Amino acid sequence: MEWLLWFTKFENTKPLALLIFFTVFCGILLYLYGSRSRGQRLEEYKNIPLQDEDKKEAQS
Amino acid sequence: MATANVVTGEQYNYEVIRKFTIMTLVWGAVGMLVGVYIASELAFPFLNFDIPYITFGRLRPVHTGAVIFGFGGSALFATSYYIVQRTCQTRLFGTGAANFTFWGWQAIIVLAALGDVLGHSQGREYAEMEWPIDLLIEVVWVTYMVVFIGTLMRRKQPHIYVANWFYLSFILATALLHTFNNLAVPISLFSMKSYSLFSGVQDAMTEWWYGHNAVGFFLTAAFLGMMYYFVPKQAGKPVYSYRLSIVHFWALSFMYMWAGAHHLHWTAVPDWTSTLAATFSIMLLLPSWGGMINGIMTLSGAWDKLRTDPIMRFLIVALSFYGMSTFEGPMMSLKDVNALSHYTDWTVGHVHSGALGWVAMISFGSLYHMLPRLWNTEMHSTKLINVHFWLATIGVLMYITAMWISGIMQGLMWRAFDDYGNLQYSFAESVAAMHPFYVMRALGGAFFLAGMVVMCYNMAMTIRKGNTDGSLAVAAA
Repeated sequence: MEWLLWFTKFENTKPLALLIFFTVFCGILLYLYGSRSRGQRLEEYKNIPLQDEDKKEAQS
Repeated sequence: MATANVVTGEQYNYEVIRKFTIMTLVWGAVGMLVGVYIASELAFPFLNFDIPYITFGRLRPVHTGAVIFGFGGSALFATSYYIVQRTCQTRLFGTGAANFTFWGWQAIIVLAALGDVLGHSQGREYAEMEWPIDLLIEVVWVTYMVVFIGTLMRRKQPHIYVANWFYLSFILATALLHTFNNLAVPISLFSMKSYSLFSGVQDAMTEWWYGHNAVGFFLTAAFLGMMYYFVPKQAGKPVYSYRLSIVHFWALSFMYMWAGAHHLHWTAVPDWTSTLAATFSIMLLLPSWGGMINGIMTLSGAWDKLRTDPIMRFLIVALSFYGMSTFEGPMMSLKDVNALSHYTDWTVGHVHSGALGWVAMISFGSLYHMLPRLWNTEMHSTKLINVHFWLATIGVLMYITAMWISGIMQGLMWRAFDDYGNLQYSFAESVAAMHPFYVMRALGGAFFLAGMVVMCYNMAMTIRKGNTDGSLAVAAA
């Protein structure tokens, strides 16, 4: 269990945290902008608020 | 993607939203009135009247509690319940639980204000409430979480719209912040006093971890949820880029948590902590401006609405203030700038450009959009919405200009040395120099309050002519 002590040192955990979070962020960007078809699907979701009109509102 | 509209026969729960909306107006007027009074106390100290219950020290948390948790909190409950139902196209989960959140939240605001006036405070900023009230907040908040998540789980729309992500992050983060900031051991079962689990610099860091993220998640993320629904609705156009809103959400959620220690520059906090907080504060500029641009660009191709629609004006000016204060904040988090700005009125001005310019303005715009739909009618007077807009805009500009001048002057006077290396000005001299700007600030606040009163009148007249039967009928597909 001594390897756990590695995590108690800031010199180790700070760059590790940076690596993890930066990779996750790059992953999110890749997910959002990496595929044209997925991008189109995601962009379609922006119409959700405009689909909740009831008849009266839609007429006004 | 589901394109079906609301299932016929299903009804939304608007009753609890109506109650929260009314209390948003009440707490807005009360909280701003107290704000103007304490601003006047600073300009004219005789207004303390030697009565301990109304001194600045006791009324100040009454003001912050009433506007942040009373006005802002009620607005968030109302709009989150409204948005989650309409974007998930389902009825609110747990009618009784939702009602409990209403009565529980109102009780908390009243008890907190009474505690402040009577001198019960645990001395933590934006968390002055003593432990019994903290426990009540915990129960109400968990119930809120259950209602919100329960509604998401019974949604008819497969995708969860991004506004709900912001609301959910606000609910989760606030639960964490409130719990850990208030870890304390009561002196006895029948005493209001308690000891914090933290001490010294850890106590300060915990408090500002809470304080800054209260700003980040309560006053920013949640109101961004409001923005991502009501700006497209009022503009009649979808948000500029859905993918940008997702980047906005994740970047903001991740970065805000690290920035709190910038409130503690040049103190006993370790230097690396201070630098880390400043670094994340600077990085926060990117998602904040990304979100602002996303909101403003939603109006692309329909800019003429700004000339004709005062509600749209509220929403877009709110976004402009969001952009301005999220530029000013990172700048103030730089250690060298902070050396000048910290402990001065510049900080107060910065907070209010966010609180009045962003939080209150986006709430006003959202309420003007939502209230007629809740009461199945139209606003009593569009002209009065316009009057409110200008009163609020002039008020906030007067307020922040006064505080900029006063704050920078304070900072410069405190650090001025004469030829012999002595301090050039006494503290009392800096206080005297601030007086005209304190009067100007109180006046700015009075303008803003006047706008709020106009809104209350306009809303009351709208509610009087409205009805609550028709609004229960939901969209037929």
